[in-house]
Amino acid sequence: MDLLNFLLEDFFVTGQPLIYGAMVSIVLVSFAIVFVLTYFKKWGWLWREWLTTVDHKKIGIMYIIAALAMLFRGGVDALMMRVQLTLPGMEFLDSQHYNEIFTTHGTIMIIFMAMPFLIGLMNYIVPLQIGARDVAFPFLNALSFWSFAFGALLFNISFVIGGSPDAGWTSYTPMAGANLNPGPAQNYYLMGLQVSGIGTLATGINFIVTILKMRAPGMHMMRMPIFTWSTLITSIIIVFAFPILTVALALMTIDRIFGSHFFTLTGEGMPMMWANLFWLWGHPEVYIVILPAFGIFSEIISTFARKQLFGYKAMVYSMVVIAALSFVVWVHHFFTMGAGGAVNSFFSITTMLIAVPTGVKIFNWLGTMYKGRIRFDTPMLWSLAFIPCFVIGGVTGVMLAMAAADYQYHNTYFLVAHFHYVLIAGTVFGCFAGLTYWYPKMFGHKLNEKIGKISFWFFVIGFNICFFPMYFLGLAGMPRRTYTIEPEWMPLNVTASIGAVLMAIGFVIFVYNIYYSFRYSKRETTGDAWDGRALEWATTTPVPFYNFATLPHIDGSEAFWRLKERGGSTYETDKLKPIHMPSDSGVPFIMMALMFVASFALVWEWITLAIVGLIGVIVCMVIRSFDYDDGFYVSVDEIKRTEEKAREGEQ
Amino acid sequence: MSELTKRVPKQHIVGFIGSIVLTVLAAWTAVGSNLPVPWIITAIMVLAVIQAFIQLFMFMHMTETDSGKIQAGNMLYGFFIAVVIVAGSIWTMSFGYTHDHGGNSDTEQHEEHMDH
Repeated sequence: MDLLNFLLEDFFVTGQPLIYGAMVSIVLVSFAIVFVLTYFKKWGWLWREWLTTVDHKKIGIMYIIAALAMLFRGGVDALMMRVQLTLPGMEFLDSQHYNEIFTTHGTIMIIFMAMPFLIGLMNYIVPLQIGARDVAFPFLNALSFWSFAFGALLFNISFVIGGSPDAGWTSYTPMAGANLNPGPAQNYYLMGLQVSGIGTLATGINFIVTILKMRAPGMHMMRMPIFTWSTLITSIIIVFAFPILTVALALMTIDRIFGSHFFTLTGEGMPMMWANLFWLWGHPEVYIVILPAFGIFSEIISTFARKQLFGYKAMVYSMVVIAALSFVVWVHHFFTMGAGGAVNSFFSITTMLIAVPTGVKIFNWLGTMYKGRIRFDTPMLWSLAFIPCFVIGGVTGVMLAMAAADYQYHNTYFLVAHFHYVLIAGTVFGCFAGLTYWYPKMFGHKLNEKIGKISFWFFVIGFNICFFPMYFLGLAGMPRRTYTIEPEWMPLNVTASIGAVLMAIGFVIFVYNIYYSFRYSKRETTGDAWDGRALEWATTTPVPFYNFATLPHIDGSEAFWRLKERGGSTYETDKLKPIHMPSDSGVPFIMMALMFVASFALVWEWITLAIVGLIGVIVCMVIRSFDYDDGFYVSVDEIKRTEEKAREGEQ
Repeated sequence: MSELTKRVPKQHIVGFIGSIVLTVLAAWTAVGSNLPVPWIITAIMVLAVIQAFIQLFMFMHMTETDSGKIQAGNMLYGFFIAVVIVAGSIWTMSFGYTHDHGGNSDTEQHEEHMDH
């Protein structure tokens, strides 16, 4: 009886028709997946080909699929918020439910959509761009993915089991502390981010080592493709920024579960220290999600303008400067805390400074297109739309950077409009552009151009209709995170909601395009779908699991362009040697599944189960330590067979 | 290996003497000098940082491998971030005030408390 009470009153979220609907659909979809896998006898295939893989290409694809699913989830949250805010006095969501939804929207979009989407693209592309056969630590790479996947799962089940966190994606204390926010909801936030953070940190280390140590012979640092450079800089920021989040989350977890006083109002705690630590990580974080997108745009603009990237060195140095500056601007997120004039002026100036290297990059993209013979394929359209939209976001960012003026803008829709303009126009356009651009490399066929363009126009027009009015709503005084609107804000809110619907249509068309192109698109016969310039296009399509049969010698920037000019190839039969490849392993999946059990227990403060789960994780680490499997060799015969089959279409 | 037998290990000697001098200097500052306490602390800190760099460059051969530049850059960046996090947090969380201006926020009282 007690158990039943617990299940009905605390464990499952009850009393919300929307959530009952979600529960039913989750159960139905789970049954459907299990049924399909069993009926078609695909369990073995799933385990062998995907769950245990250490291949950076498959891991990249899994990241992207997960990110698209999270984009859907975060997008549904966004649409529900737009419904609630369309008219004054709407009763679609109550205030508690609204709080939960904007919290999960923000957290999911940043942590479980933007980052995995970009990390997925990095995973697939970076080893190919530098001429490597995998990342430096393939096992760790699988571990990273599963830690992200289980972290995302943990965060996502909160809305049906135990309730979602409701203190905003920033989760400021004391609001998010145990006193004002009891129960498991906020713990989901802490543990979900903690678990996925392990993976992000490991990915950062993995890519730094991969890029520094595994480049093809002759590829100096200054000959690396710009996307690889942006990945390197991003990884460095990850390695330096994520430990701050890890510590901050751990401190808040200890506060909430074991009753310490780091961020509490009583007992010498400092609630603002949470905001301080959060943004010490949080500001570098926004560069973590924007720099890879910059790299993607640079690659695409150079390819489709059919010109070498203008100002390559300036691009690299501006990213290095951004990496340093990104760590000294965090206070601009809480100017209104009321620190002294010295603090606010200092962070005001550093924030404005960061616009300089970003501006340099904008001019470099324009310079790359100047006098280029531009092709307007879908990836290029996304990149072209990015520039003006992002500039609007950037200019309003400089407005927000003025500490005195920020007292007016702070926590209004002006801010909401600003960060959606940089994050959607920067990161989301970048993800769509990158996925469309590298799609033929990943799946052997292009996305349909016509449908791609329709989805592009819906999304971009919808985006501007949705978020541009928000600047004016902010100036008219509409506060962020409000769940009802005043009548005078109605016209612009209706406009914004129309924009949101257009964006949703754009996304649905994009997903439909994946299905349509899978059925009907022309299959690629060569590896070079767009007349590309960087080394990833030198491989065949589909890319063999060892990537390169032979590594070309790199004698300048734009390695593949030079290779094409002198008629080289990555398959030189006289240079073939057996290739050493890593073995697949089920340990990462199992280890992170146990980590999931431990974190889930900690969310509910079931300490015994949490300890049992952690012991399981440690056992997995021990098993890994005594694993003497050094991988295997691919024989020359097998390489020949694979390459000849892949290159049939070319002759 | 051949390098070691051929030439005098100049770096090691300089580093060794440097370390001894710095250590003696630090010990004298703390024990023998009559400087005010804040100055002693500052002086010891500065000497410690110089000592750390001697260790890194003279003994740990930070710049001598192929990836020397990267190692050096990474460490400098690491120092930079550490200073930013620690000094930046203290500065910000004390609201930029070094003395009590009669403010009554929790944070300022907290900082005051730490000084006692």
